[in-house]
Amino acid sequence: MAITLTESAARHVSSFLAKRGKGVGIRLGVRTSGCSGMAYKLEYADDMQSDDIVFESHGVKVLVDPKSLPYLDGTELDFARQGLNEGFRFNNPNVKDQCGCGESFNV
Amino acid sequence: MALLQISEPGLSPEPHKQRLAVGIDLGTTNSLVATVRNGIAVVLSDEQGHPLLPSVVRYRGDARVEVGFAAQAAQARDARNTVVSVKRFMGRGLKDVAHVESMPYDFVDDGGMVRLRTVAGVKSPVEISAEILRVLGERARASLGGELTGSVITVPAYFDDAQRQATKDAARLAGINVLRLLNEPTAAAIAYGLDNAAEGVYAVYDLGGGTFDFSVLKLTRGVFEVMATSGDAVLGGDDFDQRIFCWILDNAHVSPPSAEDARLLLLKARQAKEYLSGEPEAHIGARLASGEEVDLVLAAETFTHLTHPLVAKTLVPVRKALRDAGLRPEDVKGVVMVGGATRMPQVQRAVAEYFHQEPLTNLDPDKVVALGAAIQANALAGNRAADEDWLLLDVIPLSLGLETMGGLAEKVIPRNSTIPVARAQEFTTYKDGQTAMSFHVVQGERELVSECRSLARFDLRGIPPMTAGAARIRVTFQVDADGLLSVSARELATGVEASIAVKPSYGLGDEEIARMLQDSFAHASDDMHARVLREHRVEAQRLLDATDVALREDGQLLSTQERVAVDAALVQLRSRMAGEDHRALRQAVDSLNAATMELAARRMDQSIRQALSGRRVDTVGI
Repeated sequence: MAITLTESAARHVSSFLAKRGKGVGIRLGVRTSGCSGMAYKLEYADDMQSDDIVFESHGVKVLVDPKSLPYLDGTELDFARQGLNEGFRFNNPNVKDQCGCGESFNV
Repeated sequence: MALLQISEPGLSPEPHKQRLAVGIDLGTTNSLVATVRNGIAVVLSDEQGHPLLPSVVRYRGDARVEVGFAAQAAQARDARNTVVSVKRFMGRGLKDVAHVESMPYDFVDDGGMVRLRTVAGVKSPVEISAEILRVLGERARASLGGELTGSVITVPAYFDDAQRQATKDAARLAGINVLRLLNEPTAAAIAYGLDNAAEGVYAVYDLGGGTFDFSVLKLTRGVFEVMATSGDAVLGGDDFDQRIFCWILDNAHVSPPSAEDARLLLLKARQAKEYLSGEPEAHIGARLASGEEVDLVLAAETFTHLTHPLVAKTLVPVRKALRDAGLRPEDVKGVVMVGGATRMPQVQRAVAEYFHQEPLTNLDPDKVVALGAAIQANALAGNRAADEDWLLLDVIPLSLGLETMGGLAEKVIPRNSTIPVARAQEFTTYKDGQTAMSFHVVQGERELVSECRSLARFDLRGIPPMTAGAARIRVTFQVDADGLLSVSARELATGVEASIAVKPSYGLGDEEIARMLQDSFAHASDDMHARVLREHRVEAQRLLDATDVALREDGQLLSTQERVAVDAALVQLRSRMAGEDHRALRQAVDSLNAATMELAARRMDQSIRQALSGRRVDTVGI
């Protein structure tokens, strides 16, 4: 069971955390909503919860709550550019189908 | 597939609900667009990685429009169709624009905002600015991967209603929703997070390419108010280049350069200036078209010496603004540096010395205004937690009011009120059976309308006929977050309503605002006298009219002797109406009042008798 960051994603997260000036890492999660059932959560993490599962990838701590982990297990978080746009992308092997936008998905 | 951004804890947006908002610094020389991404304010660059977009628009013969670097490159060969510094024309009539004679444009002056005749037709500053905003908007959409919810656009603190409205119009024309306009110094302070800092006074020192602006802000409960602004419209980084350029000519012993060589040397001068911000000396080397060689070394110390008068010149408006705000340099809690020219160490040293503290310089001074605007836009678009209270206020520079009888200005919203603000005041009719009322909206501190600035006029019609003073007309003045005024009048019995949004064709410069304020102080006692006199005149006229009506209807209620006394008082009052002595006028009003007291009492008795005749006492609702 693991969640990883690509090197590029880790580099960007580290730099954002440094600029933000606080935070122990990032929190990944899912919640039910969106056009295809589930939606990703991608947030800065300021505190660690007691039941959080913590991964470390390229020096970045990734926190996941136990309920979200089954939906995310094996996910690799990547940083991508599309023209002028840039941001993070979930490469999630559990996904069966997703809406065209990629902001929500089904397992 | 959409790319996700990292949100603040608990603030992950619903899918497709991320509200994209940007801050735009629509500058005189350069413009920028910024946003908050991954919780951090960043400036958005173009495909080539340029964060700055030169505020230059070129209209071409083939109906295409170039904006930015391409337009800037064509400036020399197509000056008439290439508009630089359009910001100076926003909301301005031709007579308000300085140095028109030295500008290469074909101006069209038809009384309103100045317009320019180009190869693509006559263009207004609003249309030209819209071209710049359109490019920035496109850049933002491409960078954020979606439609924009809205934007915050910055304007100089001294921009008046006309200039602010012109900026909003330009955004609308460019298809960009404006959440609000924000004063540039306030934006810079926000970028440094000063809104979360200790309450007190902060200063913003903004030395751009061609202009210098200095503002004093007061922070109270997270809200900035602009206390004073000052500046120099023709002082900026370009003047420092010019000093180096002259030094090169003095020291390189070359013949007077051609236009092309002059441009080259000016470029070298600028490069040397920028280099000297981090190094003790700069090498200036160039081969001129004339074949001559320039090979010089400029020491930082020499540069500081050369430009000392320029730096000293910026401190003149600084002192003035502090004096206007009634402050000493040590009252200022922090100084924010804005504008590329504040990178020069001698500028930073002079500011540090004057304020006895190191100025804030760790953010890029070219980007700080756009970054602050982005932070504000993000908050206004609703991308922040609900418990984070965020309201930013500015103040209106001059009082807003209405003309009342006798040419007096009745202030409805006093100057320095924080905006947004709404104030209502009730007015009434002056004549019996009056069915319409004219409203004249004025701006200024003086007591007489003729000394204030007229903003707008409108009429309220359909007031039901009533006796004078019986109608109740509520007039509401509302100034929105951008300082734009709308006035509405409503007759309370019938609900008839009329309103107007004030969009003056001409604006006031900050100098004019300052002049109007000073006049109001200088003429305070004249004004008071004038106000008293006019008030008495209005009162006298009302009394004369009422007496005429009463005599016509019920003159028979007076004895001949009483009638003679009333007529004498009438004649006396009429003769004093035109005089300047308000005491004599008051006296005549009092005499007529006294002479007609008995008549008024008898009329009252008569009308009560008529009203009660034939009715039982228990049906009279007293």
